[in-house]
Amino acid sequence: MTEETIAENKSFFNLFNICAGIVVVIGLYITYLRFTGGLAAVTNLSDNNPWGIWISFDLLCGVALAAGGYVTSAAVYLFGMKKYHSAVRPAVLTGFLGYSLVVLALQYDVGRPWRLPYPLVVQQGTTSVLFEVGLCVAIYLTVLFVEFSPAALEWLGLKKARNLAVKLTILLTIFGVVLSTMHQSSLGSLFLIAPSKLHPLWYSPYIPIYFFVTSIIAGLSMVIFESTLSHRFFAYKMDETHLKEANGITLGFGKAAAYVLAGYFAIKVMGISAGNNWHYLKTGYGTWYLVELIGFVALPALLYAIGVREKNLILIKWTSVLAILGIILNRFNVCLVAFNWQLPSSERYFPHWMEIGISVFIVMIGLILYRFIATRMPILYAHPDYKDAH
Amino acid sequence: MSISRRKFLGWVGAAGLSATIGKSATASTHKHFTGYPGSFAVLHDTTLCVGCRSCETACNKVNDLPSPDKPFADLSVLEKKRRTTTKAFTVVNKYNDPERPKKPVFFKKQCNHCLEPACASVCFVRAFTKTKTGAVIYDSSVCVGCRYCMVACPFEIPTYEYDQVLTPRIRKCTMCYPRVSKGQLPGCVEVCPMEALTFGKRQDLINFAKQRIQKYPDRYVDHIYGEHEMGGTSWLYISGVPFKELGMREDLGVTPAPELTAGALSSVPMIVGLWPVLLTGLYAVSKRKEKIAQTEQENAVALALDKADASPQSIISEATESQTGEES
Repeated sequence: MTEETIAENKSFFNLFNICAGIVVVIGLYITYLRFTGGLAAVTNLSDNNPWGIWISFDLLCGVALAAGGYVTSAAVYLFGMKKYHSAVRPAVLTGFLGYSLVVLALQYDVGRPWRLPYPLVVQQGTTSVLFEVGLCVAIYLTVLFVEFSPAALEWLGLKKARNLAVKLTILLTIFGVVLSTMHQSSLGSLFLIAPSKLHPLWYSPYIPIYFFVTSIIAGLSMVIFESTLSHRFFAYKMDETHLKEANGITLGFGKAAAYVLAGYFAIKVMGISAGNNWHYLKTGYGTWYLVELIGFVALPALLYAIGVREKNLILIKWTSVLAILGIILNRFNVCLVAFNWQLPSSERYFPHWMEIGISVFIVMIGLILYRFIATRMPILYAHPDYKDAH
Repeated sequence: MSISRRKFLGWVGAAGLSATIGKSATASTHKHFTGYPGSFAVLHDTTLCVGCRSCETACNKVNDLPSPDKPFADLSVLEKKRRTTTKAFTVVNKYNDPERPKKPVFFKKQCNHCLEPACASVCFVRAFTKTKTGAVIYDSSVCVGCRYCMVACPFEIPTYEYDQVLTPRIRKCTMCYPRVSKGQLPGCVEVCPMEALTFGKRQDLINFAKQRIQKYPDRYVDHIYGEHEMGGTSWLYISGVPFKELGMREDLGVTPAPELTAGALSSVPMIVGLWPVLLTGLYAVSKRKEKIAQTEQENAVALALDKADASPQSIISEATESQTGEES
């Protein structure tokens, strides 16, 4: 690493620290308002619009974008793609932080957060999709914690505990895929209950499958995106294996994402056909739907494919940003834009700046924690004591 | 659990009925649960309502709700379309009859107390209960405040105390469950001066409504709203104008809300059962591939080594053979 890049990194981190400080201060202030004045003090939520961006972004996008953990560990440990091994730890860390932050965000959103364990310990509403989501997220967060723990235990020098956790890898990976399949899809199933409120182009009996498939796209794209950022800012932490495997990971994950996006495009078109919703495409909502489908599904599929064929890493990296934005757009469309579409615009929802403030605050906490962990624990390199363990 | 039992009872009932009357009892709606036997309902005859807001006043009183911003005697509030709020479990809205512009139509809105409520089916802590009286009641002592019930309700009824910090509750009409349990009428029904609201057994009210529609075909549209909507509700409406003119959705269908998510939920055990098998299989395949590759590599190396070991000897022996040949 040259001196120039170190200096560049330093000035970046100074800037980062300043931004992080401001965001955290504002976030703490809004937190104070939220827990002293109730939801009404900081949100634009209403009786017609009970779910805002804390659900559409923090929960729905948060869970989807944290899918890299199960996607990567399944590829490496279950499908035997050993050449992507160095992507596992960063992906599992992102997944673990992502799910933790989802749970943190829920503390703000639900009315009585201290009762969040009630569905598990007091009364079980098993007919609710949300019960399944809650149960899966709770268990999966535990699974991710154990999956992440070897890195922390190596850092702490707790060999025995670390070896025990590593022994569980295959079991945990299978658990992770099963739980992710269920709750990623169930986040879509949440909306099956409201055919009269969600626009027919987005309401589909296939919505659980759409949510599951898009979580794979989100997971693959997040691994690419995140590895790009890590290389920019934490390259000095990476060992030889990590640096050597990075391009292969970008190419391989880009290729997988291209295929999954193409398949997703196909099942979306099948969904329109099955519901015979073609005539809605001529409306304003139809145009918006096509923007999502062409601009944020078909286009990234194509760009990923071109990038892989021409081994254009920069194109693949930028496409991952487009694909991630597409997932976010999809979740916003389902939860906010196309939801309550029949209400007059005066009764529709637009987030309060303090709602956005909390969402930014929570993302910032994620970045701070990621940086804290990645600069200390063996995430981007193999711990010297366990080099041959993989 | 309760839903499957209900459905089971429904099927038994339907089977019994079809055995006696010889044709499917539910063919027109595919609906099995028709409410707890003898459960109550309220019939709102909108043609009799004059928009006096007495029901709103009574509702406010029996539920101990805070007094409204404008007094109940102020009828100017009817000019604006309103929905239920935490302060008003029922609201009367004024609509224009397109055919008779001078005669407005009034429509009372409150929880419809679905036979198979969306709110109850989506609540992950079972805070809602459909009681045997017909009322859908809410228990704030377990509510987490996720507000999924509000997302799910097709009639946009549940409201939330967003301004409460520690004890926010869902608020909605209870169909005066405490009063009905004591043998009293719901507050709104008791007070209505026009008898636009009738309380009774749901089946009796449906029969009564049908009779009225048959008796006065010019006065009513031929539709009892709530008989089948979302699988049926415990509030029923008859009207002189199409219900969509009264702000009521006519595209809700007859499927009870729990069935909308039943399919997705039923796939859960399949994922739990099959995914581990499939994934373990994939793991085994990749592991075996690895093992075969390793063995092949080892064999290849061994072979090469053997060859390498063998070659100098063979050269020597060949050389000695040729030598002995030459000598002889």
